[in-house]
Amino acid sequence: MNENFDKVKQILEENGKDKARLIPILQAVQEVYKYLPEDALNFIASELEISPARVYGVATFFAHFTLNPKGKHIIKVCDGTACHVKKSTLLIDAIKTKLNLKDNQNTTSDMLFTLETVSCLGACGLAPAMVVDDEVYGQVTPEKVNSLLDEMIKQEGK
Amino acid sequence: MPIDLDKVASQVQNAFKQIKKRIIICAGTGCVANGSLKVYDEMLKVAKELNIDVLIELKKEEENKGTLISKSGCQGFCQMGPLVSILPADILYTKVKPEDAKEILEKSIVNDEVVERLCYKTNDKFYKGHAEIPFYSKQKRYVLKNCGFIAAEDIEEYISIGGYASARKACLEMTDEQICKELLDSGLRGRGGAGFPTGRKWDLTRVQPGPKKYVICNGDEGDPGAFMDRSVLEGNPHSVIEGMIIAAKAIGADEGYVYVRTEYHLAVERMKNAIKKAEEIGVLGDNLFGSGFNFKLHVMEGAGAFVCGEETALIASVEGKRGMPKPKPPFPAQHGLYGKPTVINNVETLSTVPLIIRDGAEAYKKIGVPTSTGTKTFAITGYVKNTGLIEVPFGTTLREILFDIAGGVTDDKGNVSEDAFKAVQIGGPSGACLTREHLDLPLDFDSLRKAGAMVGSGGLVVMNKTTCMVNTAKFFMQFTQNESCGKCVLCREGTKQMLMMLEDITDGRATEETIPLLEQLANAVRMGSLCALGKTAPNPVLSTLKYFRDEYDAHVKEKRCPSGTCSKLVRIYIDQDKCIGCTACARKCPVGAIKGAVKQKHSIDPNACVKCGVCLQTCKFGAVKRG
Repeated sequence: MNENFDKVKQILEENGKDKARLIPILQAVQEVYKYLPEDALNFIASELEISPARVYGVATFFAHFTLNPKGKHIIKVCDGTACHVKKSTLLIDAIKTKLNLKDNQNTTSDMLFTLETVSCLGACGLAPAMVVDDEVYGQVTPEKVNSLLDEMIKQEGK
Repeated sequence: MPIDLDKVASQVQNAFKQIKKRIIICAGTGCVANGSLKVYDEMLKVAKELNIDVLIELKKEEENKGTLISKSGCQGFCQMGPLVSILPADILYTKVKPEDAKEILEKSIVNDEVVERLCYKTNDKFYKGHAEIPFYSKQKRYVLKNCGFIAAEDIEEYISIGGYASARKACLEMTDEQICKELLDSGLRGRGGAGFPTGRKWDLTRVQPGPKKYVICNGDEGDPGAFMDRSVLEGNPHSVIEGMIIAAKAIGADEGYVYVRTEYHLAVERMKNAIKKAEEIGVLGDNLFGSGFNFKLHVMEGAGAFVCGEETALIASVEGKRGMPKPKPPFPAQHGLYGKPTVINNVETLSTVPLIIRDGAEAYKKIGVPTSTGTKTFAITGYVKNTGLIEVPFGTTLREILFDIAGGVTDDKGNVSEDAFKAVQIGGPSGACLTREHLDLPLDFDSLRKAGAMVGSGGLVVMNKTTCMVNTAKFFMQFTQNESCGKCVLCREGTKQMLMMLEDITDGRATEETIPLLEQLANAVRMGSLCALGKTAPNPVLSTLKYFRDEYDAHVKEKRCPSGTCSKLVRIYIDQDKCIGCTACARKCPVGAIKGAVKQKHSIDPNACVKCGVCLQTCKFGAVKRG
């Protein structure tokens, strides 16, 4: 990646280059790039005067951070207890089939969709639940997922 | 000049008296997902068309007239959302759609009628409002009382119902020792899971040398199946702030953190706004209520690690490190955030604190049972008629919760059925299952511990006859295995091995040796782990083994899953005698595994079938079978 890290610099300044604020810094950086580029992690480490290993360690410890680029739309299917007993795995299967995702593949090859499972969205009353681009959907069925995805694919003009 | 709470309160109360009626629309996560914000917008639009006077905010200085429309936090009855309440008539409308706005406004606002079709119904009758609906009338909403009633973002409304008066009392009229003693006398025990007496925790921190100390609110609600902290943070954020001010005064802290999961967007946003407003009007910041006491509060977003619910791991994460637990002692009370004495309390605990200071320890102790005082919120989900968030006094039995409040256990078609009930998982991945024999067990810290379970965070996931208990145990093991931080070998590797053994059982590879080995390893993991995550990780396995041994045996010895859940052990086929060739199943099959033309017998390709069961639910002739 050949770019100057102006945005990262600004985020570091906003957080007073305080190494205790590493997690908020990484969250803000991920907000900008949608993932954490390796170069940015090294840059953050040198600016905060901590080892890249520590930054990498934190970035890989927390589920919220990702080191791989994500698709334009992010689908989070809840697989918490309540959703699991209400058969959320069927939703995951339906989405994978619909988007043609192979076993360990999470992002479609056209970079339009990324499928994630989360451990609990806290919307257990609506199980099974999922979040598409920050909008929560409750009591989802495989059919509902299919029509939602059809709609989204149509809007993307594909 | 410190804020005059009484003046603000009486101004707001007066403003409320001028209002004729009030419409409260639930804006908790569940209702928002079901479209409650669209209902809110439509309500405002239609009111304008019908020339009904509506306000979205009270004005303290001027005359208020007409109807107030406001958004509240979670009202708990999530399955029936979006919820719309009409006051003072106490009407509760359920599953409201934007197109219902006109009828509601015309009937219940212009006139004094009830739209019966939108009320909660059971087979034979309809219920007008909260006071009549069993889901609400059997509860004791103490901590949640205002959550779901007041406008969550309106600090003045919170003040008008007595908010921040307890913080003022703690700052001006009580010594730090008195506050700790009041809490200790109240018998309040931490709601995060372990049930440690809050007053003692505070007192241990109070006696540590200062001057720098911290208060942390633990809102890292990672337990799948629990969402009470989220609801309080979203619905009544000021009660948490007030509890933190009182805690800070009691231990002598001047800085605090609210640690909230980043997945809870709305809670993070509401908390940030609430802190800003509290600072603006001077109930947070320097020289609170003219007492000379200062308190500064920050919001920290957790980045998604279940283990950060553990105190020492949470502290590490606030310091910008990997969230790994440390051995205790030293306890956070002695050596916490940045090495300073620190109190960490759960959201629900902190929001109870202002109520105890307001009502006094004696009054509080009268709720609940002697060793577990007060109320507990439970998130009830899974196979029950009414899922949602409830609050009951400690000592309420499981039977009352499942059958009176939640309206009964449902079968896989969603109908309430007497014998559908199989088990309840309490306390999430650290908890255990309770069965039919526990229906009359009073739910409190000590009775549950004796039964081998725990209150935990208060998630109750109800399972029916279609739930496979081995699969449930596997699910929890997968969760803890995933969330193990990796520090202790037995937790890191042991949970992995346990998971593999459970997979052997559900996939039909297990032998006679598998279960004894699983039990042996479960005990080793329990003994060899540092923090509660590892110590309690084997609980779901051990408790399902204890109560559902026959299900394990069926998987191991007969290679059969009694509930038909474990897909490797079941086969779905079409009974050729019953199939009439309607093609309904073939059209629904997500993988195209069903072959057959109209009016011809269908068949399932076992190699393509993913055993999702959609065809089973689709067939109206009972031709699709599992076995």
